[in-house]
Amino acid sequence: MKINKLSKNVFLKDGTIYDPVKQNSIKGNILIANGKINRIGAIKAPRGAEIIDCSGLIITHGFCDIHAHFREPGREDKETLQTGAKAALAGGFTRVCVMPNTNPPLDDPESIRFIVEKAEETPIYIHPIGAITKGQQGKEITEMGAMKSEGAVAFSDDGIPLQNAYVMRLALEYAGMINIPIINHAEDMSLRNNGVMNESEVSTRLGLSGNPDIAESAMIQRDLQIAQSTNSTLHIPHVSTQKSVEEIEKYKSIFPKVTAEVTPHHLFFNDEALITYDTNLKVAPPIRTENDRQALISALSDGTIDCIATDHAPHTIEEKEAPFDLAPFGMIGLESCFGAVNKILVQESGMKIEALIDLLTVKPRKIMGFKQDLFAEGTLAEITIIDPKASWTFSKDNIYSRSINSPFIGQELFGKIKYTIVKGFVAEI
Amino acid sequence: MIKEKHLLGLEGYPAENIETIIETAFGFREVLERPIKKVPSLQGKTIVNLFYEDSTRTRISFELAQKRLSADTINFSASSSSVKKGESFKDTVQNLEAMKIDAIVMRHPYPGAALHLTKFVDAVVINAGDGTHEHPTQAILDMMSLKEHFGRIKGLKIGIIGDILHSRVALSNIHGLTSLGAEVTLCGPATLIPKDIENLGVNVSYNIDEVMDWADAINVLRIQMERMGVGLFPSTREYRNLFGITHERLEQHDKKLVIMHPGPMNRGVEIDSNVADSSQAIILDQVLNGVASRMAILYLLLGGKQEAV
Repeated sequence: MKINKLSKNVFLKDGTIYDPVKQNSIKGNILIANGKINRIGAIKAPRGAEIIDCSGLIITHGFCDIHAHFREPGREDKETLQTGAKAALAGGFTRVCVMPNTNPPLDDPESIRFIVEKAEETPIYIHPIGAITKGQQGKEITEMGAMKSEGAVAFSDDGIPLQNAYVMRLALEYAGMINIPIINHAEDMSLRNNGVMNESEVSTRLGLSGNPDIAESAMIQRDLQIAQSTNSTLHIPHVSTQKSVEEIEKYKSIFPKVTAEVTPHHLFFNDEALITYDTNLKVAPPIRTENDRQALISALSDGTIDCIATDHAPHTIEEKEAPFDLAPFGMIGLESCFGAVNKILVQESGMKIEALIDLLTVKPRKIMGFKQDLFAEGTLAEITIIDPKASWTFSKDNIYSRSINSPFIGQELFGKIKYTIVKGFVAEI
Repeated sequence: MIKEKHLLGLEGYPAENIETIIETAFGFREVLERPIKKVPSLQGKTIVNLFYEDSTRTRISFELAQKRLSADTINFSASSSSVKKGESFKDTVQNLEAMKIDAIVMRHPYPGAALHLTKFVDAVVINAGDGTHEHPTQAILDMMSLKEHFGRIKGLKIGIIGDILHSRVALSNIHGLTSLGAEVTLCGPATLIPKDIENLGVNVSYNIDEVMDWADAINVLRIQMERMGVGLFPSTREYRNLFGITHERLEQHDKKLVIMHPGPMNRGVEIDSNVADSSQAIILDQVLNGVASRMAILYLLLGGKQEAV
């Protein structure tokens, strides 16, 4: 990957330009002048402009990932804002929201400011999500008002589900007052018990402790009820089961302030893949059954689930080399995201590629309240350029994260990011 | 004769291999009855017994099998080694391998550990129990004991009784028995029957009397006392009432039901003392067959010459 400063005039030539806000595709060119969208359409390149040949490629909004772990501060051996930003560029992401389960956690205005300031030095836009409770202890809510002023875009105790329903109620009421979403990692820890993978025939065969699907759906059901009764905005991360989809579907029709995301890995793998005890497939919530996977694909197509988010979660080789029971939960996901979801949704399930792009651009931006009309004249360029037909095998060479815990290594993917343009930089992948 | 390099588990393990091992084991069983119980089959081979978890009979059984085959044996237990100093699993096993060994027999508390080990070493790996996953040599000795008693395995009706959820013995027996054509019914508290186990081709019953009526033999699993107090079953009294192989229960079944137990037994809990000591029990035959089976496994996997028996 080469990352260069944008020239004064950059001319994206002969691409298919898909605008997820206007929902239309045109053949044409885009002129970026001084880092901003200048003109779009059947225009000519100004003299001396840097020309990027986009024939056969799709030019669209930069992807937005609303769920990633960049491990800073505290576990810079796994990832930093800088290395995470490079992984994002390689995956076509121009904007990433980072979770607060750092060490110390992002649970006060100062730590939010730390991330915002450090993020300025990176080549992408990074937004911190603040912790719901102090120390992620699940007891006392944080100074959400001040944290929002410093730049927190949502609140979550991600990784640690908020078990106490009363605290969840207080959090939703308070966050509702300042109009900011609550994201609760939905797993009932008592039902999850010591489960390390989905509870199914496969966990039985492997002798591994199972984490049942109802551990997630029961918690989601609780959260939906509290959100509705407090009239607050709830975003449900990494939905993994058919039962959860059914709960969300039921509530969405009566309570519109609910949104949900799904990860590429829950769309790509089913629990049969764990037969080798690959610790890179150990994630929370776990990889579920083929039935669940199919339900997630349908839920994206019919809008029950709103967007795709990676849950990019770097861990060291040493930690992931442990026996399955002891290895930490999580996999990286930014670099492999598009090739994986395009293969599953567009190539195998017949979704239109434009609909997939919506799930990575306008829809996540809407959930977080970010600017959506990125092709408006004068907008700072946030653009991703895709080769939609490239078949390739994901390998370690494609990873820019500081960690390599990816079960996608060796997998055939479909569709590849060619260029990512953001913050005055152009990354050629 | 056996193509598979390792013995990690019986799921997907070829039925012919199991049959070959059992046949060979009967040959070694004869050796064990001789005044001089030793053959030179694995002379010059070095085998490490790598025990990350405590064990009495499996470990002694393996060690004895190795000595009877004239192999050189090293015993390693995690509690008295560099593992205590924090050495990683990978480093430990790669160091062992660097010392030029031929096979590793490993017991480990975590499922998948035996497969994990094959990624780090070239030596033959024999799984002596990996957490709640598999314990293939136990299942093979159980099947050898059934074969010895009944003359066949195909068509036998076998009950496996007790804590199926946490039992590597149950899982290996299920795979082995179904692959050799036996019928298997599991019986135990609903809280100790794992999800979708029926998909492995077995029946599940909660009625011990029905299973005892149906079965030709029952394999009674140890109730692990460490599981007590977490609510998986209410009390040992309740367990004994509902699932215990009591003397009274056995009396009600007039046919000659064969009783097996992999040990160690909780006498008076899952099995009554006088049941365990009765003529219907083949528990001590299982122990002797354990040595013979492990001799056969080591011999076949380490490329000993066939005529050496």
